[in-house]
Amino acid sequence: MGNVIGIGASPKRKEDQRFLTGRGNYVSDIKRPGMTAGVFVRSPHGHAVLRGIDRSAALAAPGVIAVLTGADAAADKLGSLPCGWGISDAKGVPMKEPPFPMLAQGKVRFVGDMVAFVIAETPEQANAAAELLKIDYEVLPSVVGVLEAFRPGAPQLFDDVPNNICCDWELGDKAAVESAFRKAAHVAKLSLVNNRLIGNPMEPRAAIAEYEPGTDRFTLWTTSQFPHVVRFLMGALVLNIPQHKLRVVAPDVGGGFGVKQFHYGEEAVITWAAKRVMRPIKWVASRSEGYVSDRHGRDHVTEAELALDETGKFLAFRVNTLANMGGYLSTFGPNIPTNLYGPLLGGVYTTPAIYCNVKVVFTNTVPVDAYRGAGRPEATFVLERIVDVAASEMGIDRVEIRRRNMIPKEAYPYQTPVLVQYDSGDPMGCLDGALVAADVKNFGVRKSASASKGKFRGLGYSTYVEACGLAPSRFAGRLGARGGLYESATVRVHPTGQVTVMIGTHNHGQGHETTFAQIVSEKLGVAFENVDIVFGDTDRVQFGMGTYGSRSLVVGGAALSKATDKVVAKGKKIAAHLLEAAEVDIQFKSGKFSVAGTDRAKTFEEIAGAAYVPHDYPLEVLEPGLEEQAYYDPVNFTYPGGCHIAEVEVDPETGTVTLVNYTAVDDVGTVINPMIVEGQLHGGIVQGVGQALFENAVYDESSGQLLSGSLMDYCMPRADHMPMMKVATHSTLCTHTPMGVKGCGEVGTIGSPAAVINAVVDALSHLGVTHVDMPATPNRIWRLLQNASLPVAAE
Amino acid sequence: MQISFTLNGRPTTVEVEPATLVAELLREQLSLTGTHIGCDTSQCGACVVHLDGLPVKSCTLLVPALDGATLLTIEGLQGAPGSNRMHPMQEAFREHHGLQCGFCTPGMLMTAVALATEKPDLTEADVRHGLEGNICRCTGYQNIVVSVMAGAAAMNAAKGE
Ligand code: FES
Ligand code: FES
Repeated sequence: MGNVIGIGASPKRKEDQRFLTGRGNYVSDIKRPGMTAGVFVRSPHGHAVLRGIDRSAALAAPGVIAVLTGADAAADKLGSLPCGWGISDAKGVPMKEPPFPMLAQGKVRFVGDMVAFVIAETPEQANAAAELLKIDYEVLPSVVGVLEAFRPGAPQLFDDVPNNICCDWELGDKAAVESAFRKAAHVAKLSLVNNRLIGNPMEPRAAIAEYEPGTDRFTLWTTSQFPHVVRFLMGALVLNIPQHKLRVVAPDVGGGFGVKQFHYGEEAVITWAAKRVMRPIKWVASRSEGYVSDRHGRDHVTEAELALDETGKFLAFRVNTLANMGGYLSTFGPNIPTNLYGPLLGGVYTTPAIYCNVKVVFTNTVPVDAYRGAGRPEATFVLERIVDVAASEMGIDRVEIRRRNMIPKEAYPYQTPVLVQYDSGDPMGCLDGALVAADVKNFGVRKSASASKGKFRGLGYSTYVEACGLAPSRFAGRLGARGGLYESATVRVHPTGQVTVMIGTHNHGQGHETTFAQIVSEKLGVAFENVDIVFGDTDRVQFGMGTYGSRSLVVGGAALSKATDKVVAKGKKIAAHLLEAAEVDIQFKSGKFSVAGTDRAKTFEEIAGAAYVPHDYPLEVLEPGLEEQAYYDPVNFTYPGGCHIAEVEVDPETGTVTLVNYTAVDDVGTVINPMIVEGQLHGGIVQGVGQALFENAVYDESSGQLLSGSLMDYCMPRADHMPMMKVATHSTLCTHTPMGVKGCGEVGTIGSPAAVINAVVDALSHLGVTHVDMPATPNRIWRLLQNASLPVAAE
Repeated sequence: MQISFTLNGRPTTVEVEPATLVAELLREQLSLTGTHIGCDTSQCGACVVHLDGLPVKSCTLLVPALDGATLLTIEGLQGAPGSNRMHPMQEAFREHHGLQCGFCTPGMLMTAVALATEKPDLTEADVRHGLEGNICRCTGYQNIVVSVMAGAAAMNAAKGE
């Protein structure tokens, strides 16, 4: 018999064996009998009228089975790709929600917009035939930037969306903010850009669809973070396939980061096409195709103002943001720069009045949606940057100004002026821990050492909080969510006492097969190796909302914890019968049901056996079997947070920024598996560092071409970009999740960009530099240094 | 055309179009899907295999280059087929949580084994530099670097035995 491995342990991951030996099962690894190959033909123009498609030559090409276009989808009366959130403006007027056809109809609105789908015997044949399509475009001027998109005379994407504004959204008490600004001793101002990012999970998106005429059932294998949501959105709203006739499988998925948490047109087209051609079809995106079709992230232009009294206390915060939505509304698109942004502008501070206006704007670019952190990194960046600006303008130390405004540990639960109520936290504790871990005390020594080598050294802080564990359904519903956000788990105890869990979250790197097994092992006293976690298949798992917004452990883990409680409760009834005792006298501990105060006991395995061989069993009052299910809908978000400290060295000769030290002390609540949590923090931090120093999705202004459309033009962090990071946790427990967990998937990405840029600005502050936009590339820094027109030699 | 080579220790002959890439041959024709394809610009390293003992990106290598050569893929790293014993580098990745989604992992392992073979006393800087052609989006590289150093040490120790 193996061991119980429970909460707080770091067993090696269950999923690793298959990945280490090349035996993972990703969508692109799957082959189906009679499988054909599908290729999407995409618009090469940012904005054009689609006048016609001549497919005769393509259809005549060798191996071609079919060529489908938007006209075919319209003839089949297929729905538009749905948006899962409906936001409204201050007067309650709903956002503009133009249709998002899965294959373009009438017009194309971004480079990469899908125009046709070619199906052939082999990928080579499909690609060759795609070249033969004659597509008649009338090219229109494109608009790609948010500032340009709502200027008078800008190209209009949709006839009924004036000035390309989808929604003019606001949050907070505008009047209270204005009056606080009138009383302010100092007002700090900052204009900034939050750069557009491309998530780039290492596994490109892919899908296989198959139709079985014998059962009238469809199966879609897809690289998705939420197969049940794809089944619902695609089946019920796009293709009109009854839910019981549609199976969606997301097997091993090679990273998601948000990019795979949307219902994509490719999924709908390939599923629809599979029935039309009566053959399985496989499509695998190339990396270049991913660049112009995976949903992008961020892309804000912001003006912020912070009002302070003479002691540096924050009185009010005002933020005006233009957020790019791209050419259409993606699944969560409008929710990200609004509901996941405005409510986080309070940060870890006691700012009493906050107002935020966000103009959500359409442009001729790939639709923008959630990318790791989604809204919260943008909010943290604005706030943590302007705090530094205020500190420097008022001559207050950056740590001191943070301390003066921080919510003290005792003040939790803390109601912010922007909807959310933080249940627990200790920002000061995280800050203190990070100051020690980062050896801030001796920073001056290190700075002089750098200076002696001709380098500028800087230190940057980010003390932040985020809201995750998406989400309380009722709250989300009030904010415009069109679905619930609970999670579900089934705990199936086999007659021999081993356990299979079916859970609605999706594991694509987060280690759920391990963490969730630890929860079961601890709660049921079952050996760790006797627990398996099943996910990612709508035929095997009851239901689920999937994995995003650091929700898996917080919401899914809570459902699992509740389901194990139900197993124990039923086990006690069975034990009471077998041990001839009252149910209230049965205790369950370490895998044993015993009668309190006696040595009479039954093991978990004996109870499971009795449940499935119910000879001596209270059948009159109790059903046989031992399998329980729970759904969990959280009462609040969770609020992880912490303090990140970045240390950089800038080479004035080249403008190169080198990250030399990085320290994070994060409050993620209860830690189930410290090894996995550390890994999540590392990965999250480096994605944030990528945003701060390297990554930038750039479009050509007039043509709408994506200029950073490959791994050669879009710089991803590599191993030699990073120092060894120091990460630690300083946890307070979440007061409303069953295990006190808060979530850790996104904190790294949320806290880090501001810490890095604050460090870069600190390194250059002696030259009068007060802000640097992301990414802080050598080119940008070098230009800044030239413009500073100061002696470039270090002091 | 016909190409004969040694694949994971076994003599292998395949019939292919000369323009076929080694990555495609492995994945499509030979059903060895452990070699992954993560890009189309030879940047990501998910496809790294060993050709005559040297790491190469199989997405840029045409099949004729295999003629008479010895090819090792992730499926062959473990040693004898059917054995459950992992290579010390695989063990090190498991021990030090050097993988998350697993997609970059086969390429990382193949590169790591080559690095450790070439230079037994790897420093952290050597490892970071040596992994420059392998992108991981999940781990932030830290645990990969730790894994490679530990794996290299274990390979050395095994050699000494
Ligand atoms: S697939 Fe070979 S380098 Fe990316
Ligand atoms: S583990 Fe996911 S890309 Fe490296």
